[in-house]
Amino acid sequence: MPITDSEIIKLKEQAKSIRHDIIDTTVWSGGAHIGGALSMVEIMTILYFKYLNIKPEEPHWEDRDRVVLSKGHGGVGYAPVLSARGYFPKDELKEFNHFMSSFGMHLDSLKVKGVDVSTGSLGHGLPMAVGLALGARLQNKSWKTYCILGDGECNEGSVWEAAMSAAHFKVTNLITFVDRNRMMIDGRTEDVMALEPFADKWKAFGFIVKEIDGHDFKALAETIDYAHSETKAPVLILCNTKKGRGVDFMEDQVKWHYGSIDSDLAAKAHESVNRG
Amino acid sequence: MAKEVTGTTWTVYDANTMTQAEIYGSVLCELGEKYPKIVGLSADLAKSTKIGVFGDKFPDRFFNVGIAEQNMFGIAAGLAKSGLLPFVSTMAAFTAMRGLEQVRTDICYQNLNVKIIATHGGVSFGAAGTTHHCTEDISIMRSIANMTVIVPADGIETACAVRAAVEWPGPVYIRIGRGFEPTYYQSEDYGFRIGKAQTISEGTDITLICCGITVLQAAEAAKILKEQDGLSVRVLNMHTIKPLDEEAIMKAVLETRRIITIEDHNVLGGLGSAVADVIAKSGKGCAFDKVGIPDCYCVVGYPEDLYCHYGMDCDNIAKKVREVMGRDFEEDESWEDEV
Repeated sequence: MPITDSEIIKLKEQAKSIRHDIIDTTVWSGGAHIGGALSMVEIMTILYFKYLNIKPEEPHWEDRDRVVLSKGHGGVGYAPVLSARGYFPKDELKEFNHFMSSFGMHLDSLKVKGVDVSTGSLGHGLPMAVGLALGARLQNKSWKTYCILGDGECNEGSVWEAAMSAAHFKVTNLITFVDRNRMMIDGRTEDVMALEPFADKWKAFGFIVKEIDGHDFKALAETIDYAHSETKAPVLILCNTKKGRGVDFMEDQVKWHYGSIDSDLAAKAHESVNRG
Repeated sequence: MAKEVTGTTWTVYDANTMTQAEIYGSVLCELGEKYPKIVGLSADLAKSTKIGVFGDKFPDRFFNVGIAEQNMFGIAAGLAKSGLLPFVSTMAAFTAMRGLEQVRTDICYQNLNVKIIATHGGVSFGAAGTTHHCTEDISIMRSIANMTVIVPADGIETACAVRAAVEWPGPVYIRIGRGFEPTYYQSEDYGFRIGKAQTISEGTDITLICCGITVLQAAEAAKILKEQDGLSVRVLNMHTIKPLDEEAIMKAVLETRRIITIEDHNVLGGLGSAVADVIAKSGKGCAFDKVGIPDCYCVVGYPEDLYCHYGMDCDNIAKKVREVMGRDFEEDESWEDEV
């Protein structure tokens, strides 16, 4: 279904609201991976508010689409999306990172409604996503698996083991995104451990690669629609994004991979999101 | 072609014509008929581990992921999440070490129904050397929450463990040898239960607590000691390391007061340490020793020679028993002064 202009307007509003929630949750948590949470907002928003076939009131519904947030440190970006989609009240996010909370910074599938797979250790998501997709195919199920990788985590060999197997087993019911924000903890990806030519690497491993602006809902929609129709090989959507997107003083700043913000800084962050 | 023998309540596999690994491969094929949710995975070791026979029978339900163990355990986690029942088989070294983080974080943390059959455990791959030995896996696996750890005595018991694992909730680690080990059991109908030690022989002087290939050797040692020394030796097949049959251990402590553990594993962290935990916690002192690989990398050789070299054969076990029988310790009947 091609995306309409009014849908885009609604998604933009939703994304903005989620960015506010991420800022709030970061304050409540005492510290979180806010940079990479903000870079993936459009990807998560379009999945949860346009594409996913899910029933938030029935989180374990057998025929739901599955999501694997391989960049598990994006938990502070993921939990607000799940909350906004109706899995649990936003108030619960006030306990993020607190003693005995259901929400740690890497979300636990046994504790957080809507989380299909526990992630956090990098390079684990894509193998599990391949397993889910194979499982659906084997059981003649039509649900799809969506996997969101960070770019830094693509240093991990297990990502490429999984990539090789996704192409080998032709798991075309799997749609993989890379949040290409070009940063990792210690600096820029190309300085710490270069990934380029990144798209070519995925192509060489047997993926059909579509490179887009990961903050552009129209481009995301067109590419996801294409990926749904592709049956020859798995599709990798390489999303060029900005770390810290939407909060001016965090954008493209290595130091905002992980951080804590007080109420003053949070106010500035909210203002920046409103302006954007 | 494997020879099948009809048992009293189920079909058993002839241990004389089939190796330990072949038996589990056949059992898995049989279970595959009954449970359509079973899927198989291996990492270029389908033939060596014998899970390949499942793959031959159910090609659509078998995934050979190539030489990529991390990916294999991750895929297994995903398959389990999709509602299937994966049985994964590769060598113990590549399960407990190469793929460990995926086993722990993807499978056990999420308490997924993945059953692992780790082959070539201990020093059973003898001449292959340390890269292909695994004398650490029992220690590693028993420290992982949600994991059940089983070390079957032989092929027949492996068959029992594989059957039991299907209905047992959560992840299970079944550790076997290379597949050519001699067997102890003759048929499957001896009452195998996960978490319940099997008494191989009753005894009152000393207890040998064993798992895996050492069960047969300890049983032989008990016979030797009875004939030559007049000793009454209890032998326990502690096939399940976790959950551990603490009751059987405490019964042995109270009734025999002398215990030796014997395992094809580093003496640190495995069966011996698990048993020692129970004894220490009870406050009931007893003469205690552990036989296994003495915290070193095993020398090269045929497995039979290695087992003798490290004291796991019946003659060396008998020798060890005589030594422990001669040990002086406080034979306090009442234990009232202890905590």
